[in-house]
Amino acid sequence: MESKRASFEGALEALGVTVSSTSESELEAAVTEAVTEPAVGVALDETVGDGTFSLVETPITVDPTPAALREATTGVTGAELGVGDYGSLVLSMTEQASELVSLFVERHVAILYEEDIQPDMDAAVAELDERFTETNGSAIIATGPSATADMGALVKGAHGPKEVHVIIVEEED
Amino acid sequence: MATADEIRELMRTEGAAIAENTQGFNTGRYDSVGDLEDYEDLKRAARGIKEDAIEELPELLDQLTETVEANGGTVYIADDAADANEYIRDVADERAADRVVKSKSMTSEEIEVNEALEADGVDVVETDLGEWVLQIADEAPSHIVAPAIHKSRESIAELFNEQFDPDEPLETAAELTHFAREKLGEQIIDAEVGITGANFIAADTGTMALVTSEGNARKTVAATDTHVAVAGVEKVIPTVEDLHPFIELIGRSGTGQDITSYVSLLTPPVDTPVVDFTDDETPLSEFDSDRDFHLVLIDNGRLEMRDDEQLRETLYCIRCSACSNSCANFQSVGGHAFGGETYSGGIATGWEAGIEGLDVAEKFNDLCTGCTRCVNACPVGIDIPWINTVVRDRINRDKEAPGEWLVDGLTPDEEDDGAPLQKRFFGNFETVAKLGSATAPVSNWLADTTLARQTMSRVLGIDPRRDLPAFERETLVDWAGDRDSQVTNPERRAVLYPDLYTNHVQVERGKAAVRVLESLGVDVVVPPAPSSGRAPLSQGMVATATDHAERVTKALEPHIADGRDVVVIEPSDHAMFTREYERLLDESSFTDIAANSYEVFEYVFGLLDNGASVDSLSTVTGAEIAYHSHCQQRTLGLEAHTVAVLEECGYDVVTSDVECCGMAGSFGYKSDYYELSMDVGDRLRTQLEDDGVQDRPVVASGTSCLEQIDALLERQPRHPIELLAT
Ligand code: SF4
Repeated sequence: MESKRASFEGALEALGVTVSSTSESELEAAVTEAVTEPAVGVALDETVGDGTFSLVETPITVDPTPAALREATTGVTGAELGVGDYGSLVLSMTEQASELVSLFVERHVAILYEEDIQPDMDAAVAELDERFTETNGSAIIATGPSATADMGALVKGAHGPKEVHVIIVEEED
Repeated sequence: MATADEIRELMRTEGAAIAENTQGFNTGRYDSVGDLEDYEDLKRAARGIKEDAIEELPELLDQLTETVEANGGTVYIADDAADANEYIRDVADERAADRVVKSKSMTSEEIEVNEALEADGVDVVETDLGEWVLQIADEAPSHIVAPAIHKSRESIAELFNEQFDPDEPLETAAELTHFAREKLGEQIIDAEVGITGANFIAADTGTMALVTSEGNARKTVAATDTHVAVAGVEKVIPTVEDLHPFIELIGRSGTGQDITSYVSLLTPPVDTPVVDFTDDETPLSEFDSDRDFHLVLIDNGRLEMRDDEQLRETLYCIRCSACSNSCANFQSVGGHAFGGETYSGGIATGWEAGIEGLDVAEKFNDLCTGCTRCVNACPVGIDIPWINTVVRDRINRDKEAPGEWLVDGLTPDEEDDGAPLQKRFFGNFETVAKLGSATAPVSNWLADTTLARQTMSRVLGIDPRRDLPAFERETLVDWAGDRDSQVTNPERRAVLYPDLYTNHVQVERGKAAVRVLESLGVDVVVPPAPSSGRAPLSQGMVATATDHAERVTKALEPHIADGRDVVVIEPSDHAMFTREYERLLDESSFTDIAANSYEVFEYVFGLLDNGASVDSLSTVTGAEIAYHSHCQQRTLGLEAHTVAVLEECGYDVVTSDVECCGMAGSFGYKSDYYELSMDVGDRLRTQLEDDGVQDRPVVASGTSCLEQIDALLERQPRHPIELLAT
């Protein structure tokens, strides 16, 4: 576990993605700290503590309107998987509009459970293959911020987020 | 064919930006794949998947159609561009779309869908920033992956400032990018239809993979309610799991990034709600996700390519651009010279020949010199130079044989349904060389006269600025024939292959090779043998090359059967024996010659490794030397042997790392390409004139490299074997 996580964090750092870690019980505080307001978000599917992690106690507008999304600086969503060797995040595309919230903002904060870090791309794709066969799902393998070199130098934040922050949720002892 | 003037103009206007960018990508590729432990395994896996998928293409297309329809989408298989466009126009029409946003896709460039939609009054907006720049500038892409690679930041700034007249003039890359982001962002959320390509499509689930860095493909899909994906039929692979090697390879091969920012794996129609971006009351999740999805798969000649033994491999291409970036000529001129109507770079010949026809491919096919630097770069192992050769051959045959008086005398073994005059001259250089040696030094003197140079320039297109090879009166074969073996108890026995140049021009390096081998206890014979066929092959004269291959095999076979190894000095001929002959000979003849052939330094390395003593060679202590290997030798992984042997002999060796010297045989002799050849050569010259290198004597393995370096530098280069002879 530790080595997967270490290589994941190392890869994120190389991509210029910042990382913080927290326990489930401290998650709200960690998210609050990670966002730049105005912030919007999508409630996590996973159960955190006593119920679905709702973000209600944070400054984040959950399930915002489209207009609020366009105003927002930060978007908070979950990430399905992490890919150890690349520092990639696997983002799902849900009816809750997680795709819009992770994409139409300048800063994307992704919440990832430590146990969902896969060692490498091979394992991550095998996992997706299994999920897609069952659910016909879609996902984005997102690695670092959006970027382009089309204008003569590498610039972050071409169409998507310029900054990415990952919050790793550790299992409670 | 791009003319000298066109090439000169492109080198002047676009060359600098193209060189900088492609070389950056190329260096990135070396670094990035260098970090991959299982690079070769991944390449093999990737190729295997494409091979099987193309084999089973009809079945996979059926399966994909079923899955996409079961998912709620529509599949349309279009015969050609017009058919595809008609379908897409209908979709836009039914949706009553005013604006279509597009995410970069080569296939939609191929069918020119923008023009088709615009004719209906639809506003089409490219969302990839590079494509958008070109759309504004009204220019064509010049690179498969980075379409605006030929434009500098300054020229983009000028374009934007003129076009949009912003309050503050835009200047930096960040300002330009953010300006484009804002402008395009508004247009994307305002559009009804989104068009994307698809890099891969898995038949089992209908999942398509889209590889981008900017995020524009994601926005194009998420912000519209009608998604049209346009892709060639060759993009289908069996399963999602098969995506793995491609995800690892595509970014690394192209731009040298380990992975691009986004690999979207979409199984449309996707669940993301279709929202009204101006709505400030309804929560996102309350919008529904009703989205139409149309997959338009385009044949446009591809199924015929699949039946074409030689062009079939083109369909394995994943459009990564590694072949363009690694190409020395492309680095100088880019895709506006080295490309057709849509595709550019090494593999473009295959694509354009299959999709548009030979006449389009002909315009730039000559710019592939067959150096093979792209071969190892290609993640699916396509033999790109071979495809270029085959197409060149077909172009030759498509033309009427010129039947000129001059060449008839020089080319007794010309191909029946002939190549053009210039190609036949270079392709039959064996005859020229034989004549040249037989009549030297008169021939050398004659070739040097102004009248002869003018005639050669006018009739054959040989650039008068090039020095011509000087033929020796006594060939290597003659010399060796008059001489007894110096080895009494041979350790090994070898036949030194007398390639055309060594035999007629660079006789000294041949003699040196014989002496070196004898010093190491090898009994050497140098029998007469036909030329390898490299020259005709380069000119696309495959039948003549095959004939050479068969005659060479006949000449060498008895020696091989007699237990002799074949030692080859000229790397391009060694590459013929171990690479191209596989295409020209039957399997057993090929294996026989390939398995028994060694490049001369590879052979010396082996002898030393097996106990021969370096003391019997000419050694030095720490003498400095600069070494330029040869493209084909590097492709075969043989550069290291020369370096190792030179080091063992006491040399301090610096090597060049440019992709190619720019000569590549006959290419640099041709007037149309002379300046391009020198431009490419300039990169080598710069390295050889660097601090710490400028005073080193230069050695080079290939004949054409030796000639090019001779033209580039004051210092006369030699073949490294000449350093070792006692
Ligand atoms: S031929 Fe090979 S290297 Fe060239 S673009 Fe296609 S996949 Fe890439």
